[in-house]
Parts: sequence; structure tokens; C-alpha cells
Amino acid sequence: METKLLSEFYHIDEYRGLAGYKAKGGYDVLAKALKMAPQAIIDEVKASGLRGRGGAGFSTGTKWSFLPKNNEPRYLLCNADEGEPGTFKDRMMMERAPHQLIEGMIISAFAIGSKKSYIYVRGEYFYAIGVLRKALEEAYAAGLLGKNILGSGFDHDMDVYSGAGAYICGEETGMISSLEGLKGQPKLKPPFPAVQGYLRKPTIVNNVETLAAVIPIIRDGAAAYKKFGTEKSTGTKFFSLSGNVNKPGNYEVPLGYSLKDMIFKLGGGLKPGRKLKAVIPGGSSAPVLTAEEAERATLDYECMAQMGTMLGSGAIIVIDDANCMVDCLGNLTHFYHHESCGQCTPCREGTGWLDKIVHSILSGKGRLADIDLLVKVADNMKGRTICALSDAAALPVLSFVQKFRPEFEYFVREGRSQVTGKTKEAVHGEMHH
Amino acid sequence: MIKVTENQQSAQFQLSAEGTAKVKSELTRYEDKMSAIIPALYIAQNENRGYISESVIKHLSQIMDIPESRINEVFKFYTMFNQKPVGRYHVQVCGTLSCHINGAPDLIDHLCKELKVKKDQITEDGKYTVSRVECLGSCGTAPMMQVNEVYYENLTKESAMNILRGLK
Repeated sequence: METKLLSEFYHIDEYRGLAGYKAKGGYDVLAKALKMAPQAIIDEVKASGLRGRGGAGFSTGTKWSFLPKNNEPRYLLCNADEGEPGTFKDRMMMERAPHQLIEGMIISAFAIGSKKSYIYVRGEYFYAIGVLRKALEEAYAAGLLGKNILGSGFDHDMDVYSGAGAYICGEETGMISSLEGLKGQPKLKPPFPAVQGYLRKPTIVNNVETLAAVIPIIRDGAAAYKKFGTEKSTGTKFFSLSGNVNKPGNYEVPLGYSLKDMIFKLGGGLKPGRKLKAVIPGGSSAPVLTAEEAERATLDYECMAQMGTMLGSGAIIVIDDANCMVDCLGNLTHFYHHESCGQCTPCREGTGWLDKIVHSILSGKGRLADIDLLVKVADNMKGRTICALSDAAALPVLSFVQKFRPEFEYFVREGRSQVTGKTKEAVHGEMHH
Repeated sequence: MIKVTENQQSAQFQLSAEGTAKVKSELTRYEDKMSAIIPALYIAQNENRGYISESVIKHLSQIMDIPESRINEVFKFYTMFNQKPVGRYHVQVCGTLSCHINGAPDLIDHLCKELKVKKDQITEDGKYTVSRVECLGSCGTAPMMQVNEVYYENLTKESAMNILRGLK
């Protein structure tokens, strides 16, 4: 069963419009929040235990409290640059409930004292961008944005900004660079964005789902929100389920939900005759789990950390036994090589070498020493760069090789896949990666 | 395969009056003028057969009063700005993991074969370009493709071809 704290009305088409959203209590929480002291909202969010839903899982209330305590102008940036392979929840949220995001953002902006916010949406999401623009128009016309919102004296302006195709812009300082009209290259931290962000002004960057989750927290209180989930992983979360599963889709469940139930109950299990082989639990950057690990995992920050992986963005990619793990890894190394911004040497060069080595194995020309070389290169990419992309590229490599090493060895020894019996060229006319 | 050289196509690119007005309004829309570079590149690309040429950069630099090098580095960084011409319909098939294990490689091969074109090239009639792109955030409806601005999901080889043939 899903627990639809945020998605209760997502199935209603009218919910996308202002009237339909208001009919279900939309913007009531904003009215309540505008009568609260901003600090009380921050305290409530902190007490709720809400952690960032974009991937890093950092405490939202704590992030907000890093802002300087003065009247310096500050910005709120909504991170809607959903690009982590396997993740498609933010797109659904924006398309089905644009006003929910807007309401969550106005409340958050009021709490942190921001008069201007941007929703940075990945460029490919043309449809979501259109939906958001229309919703913003409606919100302005209804006095929910602009000057003196709902007679509270609080002014706030909001705009949508379209990215243009760069995974790295989902990294918060990369996003800030992009919004500043630069290449989307991350910036060295500290200073953190809360101190020096967009145009060197204090800036809070929060994910779409994080900002929407502020609504039930303020509506029902932190204590009620904490009833969902586990002690350290509170609330509900969307999980994007994809790969070799019968009913892929976005599912909202309390944190701590069983991964096995996610795949076999909500997800309808695997195709007849197929067996679970591996699961990537938190987007492609998260270390892979074996089937055995996946079957005893729960979807919360602690369990995932215990298992040496991460909850990340909540993107669960299910891999069945018809797939070659070397081939799957080659797909991911290609992705990270393509998406490295090129700023830091270990990442720029490392992602290229990882991809070359895996594809050399895939072409049937690998050497046994290449397997250890993969590990060596990946190890040297960890913790040495400005942002986490380098680690994100290294972690899948390390976990795939560690957990499925015999498949890599077979590929090298026999010059073909243990699963499909083919090399990359033989599978397809040309290299697709 | 159509061969188009950049110079033939847009020796003196100029935005339409409407495009110019749009770019000008983007210049003052954000807190900082530089934020208008990405929106301006989109506007120009739409008016230049779906790609950015040197003369597009020159023109934008003039009307935005921003150095060409600044616009150029942004243009080169982002994959949605095309560095060479594409067909009227840019068919971008997602090739990342969830799509990859749900038939994306076969789909790309099939579309290229049926349309008699290599990846990233333009068909004889100028209508299509097929590209393999990275994750489009539609992993639950794999395989999928984006044709210009529209997502088509849960594809089969046949349904994808039907969609493409149906485009005017």
C-alpha cells in the first residue's frame, strides 16, 4: 500500500489548476504559515526530521538555519534539474501538482525571508515547464505571488528557469553557476550556498519533493509527520521504480518500507521466468545491491548506509538475470564520462578511463588486469574533486566489480558475456554504449 | 544524407523582430543579465533550423552586448544546443540504464535502419535526425524518445515508427 501524504489527489486532472488545487485545501497551509513567525516554521521543519529528497539527504531545517541572521537579500532555488538516471518523480510532481510545489516554495521562502525564487527545471522537461508557467500566472492573478501575499505584508516573486541539458546542474553549486549564465560547473565549498550562493548572495537550494513536503509538516505539525517513517528517516518519500519490473512508476511510501515489497508488491514483480539479479537503490550513483541484499533492505537512509549504498533520489533500478552486469556498468560509465563537467582532473580523466576500460572488456579485448585497473582508477577518483560526480562515477564501478566479479572475469577470459554469450559489437551493429 | 555547411545555411543569421524582442525582455527578466544567455540561445536555435552557428553567436553577442566568448562557452557546455544542423524532427532516444535494459539499443538501430540514416545525421528529405541521448527522466515508461519538445513513452519499434511517420 502506498501512503499518499503528498500524492493523495494526483489522480485528479483538475488538481493541476488553481481552482482544483484550492478545492482540495490548496493554499490553506500558506495562509496558516503566513500567520506564523518565520523562525517557528524553520523550527517545525527542523523538528520534523525532513531530509533533502534530491539525493544528499541533508536535514532541510538545518540547511535553512545556515543562512546569515541579517536582512541581506537571499534566494530560494528549487532544484528541478532531475537528472539522476532512474529518477522521474519530480517531473510527475510538477506535471500533476504544480501549485503544490509553488505553495511549498512560498511557505519556505517566507520562513527564510526570501523575496525571490527560481524553479530551475531541466531543459528537456518542456511540458512540466509549461505547466509551471501557467500555474505561476494563476498564482500571480490570485494574489498568491507578488506584493503583499494574502494581505500578509510578505512580498515574493517566483520564476521558472530552463536548463539546457547537463546532469551536473543538479549539483547545487553547478545549478547556481548555470543560473548565473555560466557553464554549469560546481563551485568549491565552503562557502556553502546558504552563505554565498546565487550572485554571491545567500541561497537555499532544495529539491521539488523537499519543498512540497513542507506543506504537510506545517499543516499537521512535525510530530504528525514523524509518525511516518523511521526514527531517523521521517516522513514519506517518492520512489521511482524502473528497469525489469512489471509495474514501473512512482510510489509514495513511508521511509523504512521494504525494498522487496516495493519490487514484488507495488511493482508487480518480474517477468515470468526471470530472477532478480541486482538492484540499484538510489539512482545510478548508488552502489548496486545483490538480489540477496535487496531482499532484506529497507528504504531508509540508515539501512542503505549500513549496506554500503545510499537512498539517494529514491530511484530504484531493477535488473533481472537476463542482463549482463558488465554491459550495465558500461552504460553507466558512458553516462558519467559524458556528464563530467571537465573541471577536475580526477573526474575528467577518470570517467574517460573507466569507460574505455569497461568498453574494452565489452568488446572482448579485455585483460584480467583491467578488472583491478578499474578498481584502482575508481579508488583514485574518490574524495578528490570539487563535487560528488567523480565519486558518483566511481561507486558503481567499485560495487559492480566487487559484487559481480566472476562475470567480469568470465567476459575477459572467454571474450564474451556470461549471460548473453555476445560481445558488444555482436549484440548491435554499432556501439551504443 | 544532406550535407549542409554552416556558411551556406546562415551566413548572416538574424533574429526575427519577435525573437529580438524576446531576447531583449530576457535580458532584464533575471537578477543578472548573464542569466539571459541560455534563454537567448533557445530562442535563436528555434529560428535557425535547430542549431547554433558561429553567426548566431555573433548576432546574439551584438544584440545582448555580451562577449562572443561568454556566449560560446555556454553554448558548447549544454547538450540541448546543437552544434550542427538537425532534421526538422530531432528524435532523441534515451539510452541510459532503465531504457537500455528495456530495448533502447534495438529501438535506435531500428529507427536508423527504417529511416535509412546514421545516428546524428539528417535523412535525405531533411525531416529526421536520430540521436541517442542520456537519461530523460522517463525511466518508468521505457523505452522512450523525445521528438523536438514532446515525450513519447512505452515504445515498441513499431509504435515509434508509426509516431515518426505520422509527423507532418
